[in-house]
Amino acid sequence: MGTLQSLFSDYTLQIVSFGSALLGLVSGILGSFAVIRKQSLLGDAISHSALPGIAFVFLLTGSKKTEMLLLGALLTGLIGTFIIITVNKYSKISFDSALGLTLSSFFGLGLVLLTYIQKIPDANQAGLESFIFGQASTLLFRDIVIMTILSAAILLIVVLFWKEFKLISFDPLFGITIGFSATKINIIISFITVVAIIIGLQSVGVILMSALLISPGVAARQWTNKLSIMILLASIFGIISGVSGSIISSLIPNMPTGPVIVIVISLIVFISLLFGRRRGILWKHIKSKRYKAQILKRGDLV
Amino acid sequence: MTPQIEIILVAIIVSISCSLLGVFLVLRKMTMMTDAISHTILLGIVLAFFVTKSLNSPLLIIGAALLGLVTVYLTEIIKKTKLVSEDSSIGIVFPFLFSIAIILITKFASDVHLDIDSVLLGELAFVPFDRMLIGGVDIGAKSLYVMGTIMLINIVFILIFYKELKIVTFDNALAYVLGFSPVFIHYALMTLVSVTAVGAFEAVGSILVIAFIIGPPITAYMITSRLKHMIIFSILIGVGDSILGYIIADYFDVSIAGSIASIIGFVFILVFLISPRYGVLLNMYRRYKKRYDFAVMTLVFHINNHEDTPKRIIENNKLTLHEHLQWNKQFCNKIVDIALNSEYIHSNNGIFYLTNKGKQYVNRSYKDIGYSNV
Repeated sequence: MGTLQSLFSDYTLQIVSFGSALLGLVSGILGSFAVIRKQSLLGDAISHSALPGIAFVFLLTGSKKTEMLLLGALLTGLIGTFIIITVNKYSKISFDSALGLTLSSFFGLGLVLLTYIQKIPDANQAGLESFIFGQASTLLFRDIVIMTILSAAILLIVVLFWKEFKLISFDPLFGITIGFSATKINIIISFITVVAIIIGLQSVGVILMSALLISPGVAARQWTNKLSIMILLASIFGIISGVSGSIISSLIPNMPTGPVIVIVISLIVFISLLFGRRRGILWKHIKSKRYKAQILKRGDLV
Repeated sequence: MTPQIEIILVAIIVSISCSLLGVFLVLRKMTMMTDAISHTILLGIVLAFFVTKSLNSPLLIIGAALLGLVTVYLTEIIKKTKLVSEDSSIGIVFPFLFSIAIILITKFASDVHLDIDSVLLGELAFVPFDRMLIGGVDIGAKSLYVMGTIMLINIVFILIFYKELKIVTFDNALAYVLGFSPVFIHYALMTLVSVTAVGAFEAVGSILVIAFIIGPPITAYMITSRLKHMIIFSILIGVGDSILGYIIADYFDVSIAGSIASIIGFVFILVFLISPRYGVLLNMYRRYKKRYDFAVMTLVFHINNHEDTPKRIIENNKLTLHEHLQWNKQFCNKIVDIALNSEYIHSNNGIFYLTNKGKQYVNRSYKDIGYSNV
């Protein structure tokens, strides 16, 4: 009981939980779109592409202010996205190969910059590497403020462009025929996805961010066929995993936050796959058993 | 053998091992799976480490290879439920396994040199420090022998199963019909990928493994369409990238693995743009030039059509030509200049006529486009 009480009054925990919750919310929403558009792994590539941007900004400005670093991450994230889509569009290179190449080259470039920074005398670069694995416990209040502003902006854009996003995600050709610009809308979606990933980099780091983007959407999909409900559920799952991940990792000593969040959301996915309404594996199993029993009972084809 | 040579040699051996497998993975569009595997083998290494308590046991490689297969298998299971698309399946399984690995490491093995940084990044610079001792005699860096063996295994596999790989890659259905087992080839490939990734782990890290598996093959893909050539070019490019990357890393004193991965990317972009056959810039230029070539052809055809009729005074007139061809005046003048320079037409009192060369050009072009000008 004493631990539980300190839970609710612990300032750091509150910050970390809130930040993770925000992250869960935003990645739940945008991840749902990514899953529908079959671009799930784009998030992985974008996360990796962000690294050189972070290092580069630090090299240029010497500042470790979150908003500056995030700006650098945004820049290289967008460049990476552009390269992936262009290479895929204008050559016979498949989407996944373009993803993998961009991911590894950009990350490698980030490493080069990081090791270069390490050599500069009295360069205060400790903490840049926290972007690789995330270090939710180093979140500051001002970081949360930035995250909240960005999340609010993303939510606003999603609400404003709801119809367009829905249309272009499910039936881009139809959207084009009735006059919408699929390119422009895709750019907007990619843009806010990159922003969402940047938000998450600090908490869970580059590698695990893609899980947060994909899993809530996949889990939510198992419970409904309506996009609005799916996104709602995805955000809820995201928030739950963010908060519980933070709490659990703070209760156990020496437990990093990011991986715990990922494990929680992965468990939610597995449960959803098994028990999801109408489509879940368990229900399919029960239905097929019932069906077989009926056939046996009636002795004819039902 | 100096440390520098050993480092470059290890990089070259890794790049060759990866290129051999990478060509087929790229063609089968399975590269994301290798990304996943290169992350999840960490879990295999951790679990094997808990069993053997040693970082040098060969059990580590076996454990990691097994986990690579587990990754593939789990992804397939999830995909088979048809509830999740293939890329999403990959994106669910590997972070989960990787997270377990990170938790295990931080909780139970944080004092061991199973440092997460080196897992991802490797560090080629440390290769010369790990020696291979047989009977107490130092015969070179350990990585050389480990990766060298893996490279040989890969080479043998590719040589023995070349035909099978070829048919399974390009025509899966035919392979089934002819009695081959695509499934066997699939899992065999993935096993080798896991083994290669593990072997290369300590030396070059996950990221460079991915870069080596994808980069040189797709760069080669932009140069040629023939499988054998693709493999050869891929090897050459991989070797070149390694050497170049090392030189740059040495000069700036930065991460060698990172440097090579960056060079792989740069070289690919370069080839992507200027490859003689498939390069984007070159093709854009060709299309641009074709527009002019086609316009000249149109002009000469037009003049040919009206030359022998009285209407040529209006149709082939220098001043009104652009109206009849529906071109804007500047464009028309440009095309006329090209035609004049090529001596296809000449001007007489403001009217254009074909030259002999022009007449030959017309006949040739009609034949080219399959039009019979009889």
